[in-house]
Amino acid sequence: MLLIRCPYCEEERPELEFRNAGEAHIARPTNIAAESDDDFEKFFFIRANPKGVIYERWRHIHGCARFFNAVRDTVTDKFVMTYKAGEPKPAKLPGASK
Amino acid sequence: MNAAFRISGAGRLSQAKTASFSFDDKPYVGIEGDTLASALLANGVHLVGRSFKYHRPRGFLSAGAEEPNALVQIVRDDARKTPNVRATVQELYDGLTANSQNRWPSLAFDVGAVNDIASPMFSAGFYYKTFMWPKWAWKDLYEPKIRATAGLGVSPEKPDPDHYASRYAHCEVLVLGGGAAGIAAALAAAETGVRVILADEQAEFGGSLRFESGARIDGQDGYAWAQAAIAKLKGMDNARVLSRTTAFGYYAQNFVGLVERVSDHLKNPGHELARERLWQVRANRVVLATGAIERHMVFANNDRPGVMLASAARTYLNHYGVAVGRNVGVYTANDSAYAAAIDLKKAGVNIAAIVDLRDNPSGAVIDEARGLGIEINFGRAVVSAGGKLRVSSMTVQPKNGGGQRTIPVDAILMSAGWTPSVHLFSQSRGKVAFNDETKRFVPGTYAQDCVSVGACNGTDGLDATIDEAYAAGAKAAKEAGGKIGKGSKPKVDAGEIWSRGMLGAAPGAGPGTTVKAFVDFQNDVTAKDIRQAVHEGMHSIEHVKRFTTNGMATDQGKTSNMHGLAIAAEELGKPIPQVGLTTFRAPYTPVTFGSIVGHARGALFDPTRRTAIHPWAARQGAVFEDVGNWKRAWYFPKAGEDMHAAVNRECVTVRKVGGLFDASTLGKIEVVGPDAAKFMELLYTNPWEKLETGRCRYGIMLREDGFIYDDGVVGRLAPDRFHVTTTTGGAPRVMNHMEDYLQTEFPHLNVWLTSITEQWAVIAVQGPKSRDIIAPLVEGIDMSDEAMPHMSVREGKICGVPTRLFRMSFTGERGFEVNVPADYGEAVWEALWAEGQKHGATAYGTETMHVLRAEKGYIIVGQDTDGTVTPNDAGLDWAVGKKKTDFVGIRGLTRPDLVAKGRKQLVGLKTKDPKVVLEEGAQIVADPKQPIPMKMIGHVTSSYWSENCGRSIALALVAGGRDRMGETLYVPMPNGTIEVEVTGMVFVDEKGERLNG
Repeated sequence: MLLIRCPYCEEERPELEFRNAGEAHIARPTNIAAESDDDFEKFFFIRANPKGVIYERWRHIHGCARFFNAVRDTVTDKFVMTYKAGEPKPAKLPGASK
Repeated sequence: MNAAFRISGAGRLSQAKTASFSFDDKPYVGIEGDTLASALLANGVHLVGRSFKYHRPRGFLSAGAEEPNALVQIVRDDARKTPNVRATVQELYDGLTANSQNRWPSLAFDVGAVNDIASPMFSAGFYYKTFMWPKWAWKDLYEPKIRATAGLGVSPEKPDPDHYASRYAHCEVLVLGGGAAGIAAALAAAETGVRVILADEQAEFGGSLRFESGARIDGQDGYAWAQAAIAKLKGMDNARVLSRTTAFGYYAQNFVGLVERVSDHLKNPGHELARERLWQVRANRVVLATGAIERHMVFANNDRPGVMLASAARTYLNHYGVAVGRNVGVYTANDSAYAAAIDLKKAGVNIAAIVDLRDNPSGAVIDEARGLGIEINFGRAVVSAGGKLRVSSMTVQPKNGGGQRTIPVDAILMSAGWTPSVHLFSQSRGKVAFNDETKRFVPGTYAQDCVSVGACNGTDGLDATIDEAYAAGAKAAKEAGGKIGKGSKPKVDAGEIWSRGMLGAAPGAGPGTTVKAFVDFQNDVTAKDIRQAVHEGMHSIEHVKRFTTNGMATDQGKTSNMHGLAIAAEELGKPIPQVGLTTFRAPYTPVTFGSIVGHARGALFDPTRRTAIHPWAARQGAVFEDVGNWKRAWYFPKAGEDMHAAVNRECVTVRKVGGLFDASTLGKIEVVGPDAAKFMELLYTNPWEKLETGRCRYGIMLREDGFIYDDGVVGRLAPDRFHVTTTTGGAPRVMNHMEDYLQTEFPHLNVWLTSITEQWAVIAVQGPKSRDIIAPLVEGIDMSDEAMPHMSVREGKICGVPTRLFRMSFTGERGFEVNVPADYGEAVWEALWAEGQKHGATAYGTETMHVLRAEKGYIIVGQDTDGTVTPNDAGLDWAVGKKKTDFVGIRGLTRPDLVAKGRKQLVGLKTKDPKVVLEEGAQIVADPKQPIPMKMIGHVTSSYWSENCGRSIALALVAGGRDRMGETLYVPMPNGTIEVEVTGMVFVDEKGERLNG
């Protein structure tokens, strides 16, 4: 069972308290009704699903209930870092040399 | 009186404390502290089982958890019959009853042993090759027959009456393995003051110190030192010592699963004690001190009862005081078997001969054995074991061929060397590395915060082991925040070093031979099988493993993996590391389902939610149904009524007079704040800004893709306060959906969301008399039609307690939903029920609720919709705000597929024969005469007998349904095709006049 650091509670908590909420940094268009079919498809249906580093949303549903963002390696399952919702995608990851 | 093979003066058990037991109905006497294995051996019993495939007679290979052969059934009563218990692990208690397995009619004469004679038929891959054709035969013929003859042991006939405990634990340093290395590491770590957990699978700590007679630490015998050290650890507040506790799985981030066997060793455990306890431990650092496991020699008939690991014989002697034979042969490729021979010889057992595969080894143990007058043969091999139900001889030959000599023996001790136990290390995703010099896999690259010490790390010798383990324990503690320890490292005065050995088949079982030289005892895999697998094209060790099943039995290949790998590598002509090791998987040893399930069974399997009114409904004899975790009153049968009669009566009474319904399970969310209306506008399709305070609206919630996600009536209590209801099952996900948008997409809105589902009990009072029933109990609310029209909400008091009184209807009748604080739910219900009785109203359950709403064509999200239905499909376009510029789902609704013609639409169906009630889920076709497979154009979503209509009614999703009004469609069923007519969705009071009736 993984330990996940909640950026709001500022501590590591067991995986059981959290729920994954899909890929992060996909903003809902401000004028969504005017989106073209292609743009709506990209926004709603298309996901990166990478092998390696993924930016995703998690919710500390059985804790503080806040949504936050996490960087996780899908190969090792390791969490690289977590940060609050609304914060920009981190430019540099801790420990990333490659 | 001592059992025949118990040697007085040997071992550590007190011979005064006897324990009676039976094996295959025969009574025996052992002594307290015995395992079932040592007690049977003390009585001269070696034959204890039949092998899985060939039904060959089997005895004890080991004295520990790695045992592949001695699997027995332990019977306490009808409900407690544990199969496949390793006799070498099961502790003896007075009255223990054990039976052998996989034999019929008896252990000594087993009909299934014909498989052994016919064994050429059952070679590697037999199942894959044989049971392929014809295709039908697998399911009907082969599988049932194979299942009947395979499998070890029998299942208990009754549910498990034992209970299983479970707990979480946290520590700075978790030490797995309680031998010399583990104890030293735990001491070093505990002395720094950090929290330490030390676990070992055995009943007593000490590991190999149980048999290493040559070990002396801190001036005392090694085993005695271990006990003293454990006593010291037990006395420390920061150390937890767990015996009989197996670390079975190593998971992410130093999360380790342990199973503690709490009461399997007790005569009368009683019901207070759990049978087992699951520990889920999160450790900052893990020290792996899991030791090494001795390998057997791979030679012909090496599975005969009486042929066993040298260290096992030594354990039986030095710990249990049992001699495994009176005339014992030894077959070895390393030094450690000499120590066993020496110990036995000193205890008065004759050593017939030591056969050593090595050419000219030298060393102290060899000199000592020679000094004791034991015959030693270098450069020779045991090419075959004689005897059947018990070994009777060993045939010795120079390893490069030559004259054979047969030596009578009643036991053969063997040692091919030691395999480091890297199971848990490997489970932690660490990568093992092959040491070519010592021919063993040892921990290489670590994936987690753990360290291996002692024999499992390939460290030889007690001195080096203690040095390494003590330093590692101190280091792990320091890294985890410990202070400098005050203790001192244990001093090794004397210890043993186990040298190397050999891997693979011994002479006489090599290429070209077809003898039964077992590699994997539990799955009956021979050296020949592995070579055959390679010949047949299995070049990856993972394929060889699956084709032969080598290492795939419950012993997880503890003794067999390395031999199997070496034979495959030799046959492939590749070095061992290139062939690679198969993956180690949890569990290390078998784990009971009980320990994993813990208390989560029966009533505790899943939480049960009951409403405040539940006790009243139960007293009335309501029949309940499960809706999610809720228990909901389904119907209220009167004496002599079946469900049909009860529901018919309830349905008619509600429309004629009135009815009370417990709607408390309805999801309820309070949306509050200056931007509450703006938030509602974004989350629901309907317009909310202009909804007046005190009025209600039926709201539809979509997902971004345009499909219906939930629905419910929403009341506006104040400009900044909405009381939102959701479906019973949808409450948590609707709350999650709302929170998601509020926190991440619309964080600029000043809104709070609060789940109030459990705060308010909800009593629906429906029917023409509903106002008359409620009004006498209400204070401060004008309930006249003018003051409180349909779809309005008022706050006031009922029975003196606060209420949010909704005027709304899910029946089509004049109706109210009385919300009161849940603590008053039952009392208010009782008061309303008393009023209702005066008018002849009924209590009704969920079935009647379903029928009444279907009569009115009110949908249930999740029943009449399935995640692919739009508001338009459901005939609810009127609920979508046409002037709105944004809401969740607005863009999805205009997707090409969602506006295309011919979409499935919700319609009513009337069967041509009004008595026929359709089946929900039944498929609908336009032409019943078309060839199969027919084109299905829809399905029935809701279907009931309507006593109010005097006929059956149904709702269905039908392609282009609203253009088919009056059309005849067909529902093909196994008993014939049912004709139906497409109708509107409202079956009762089409004009809606009864809402004010």
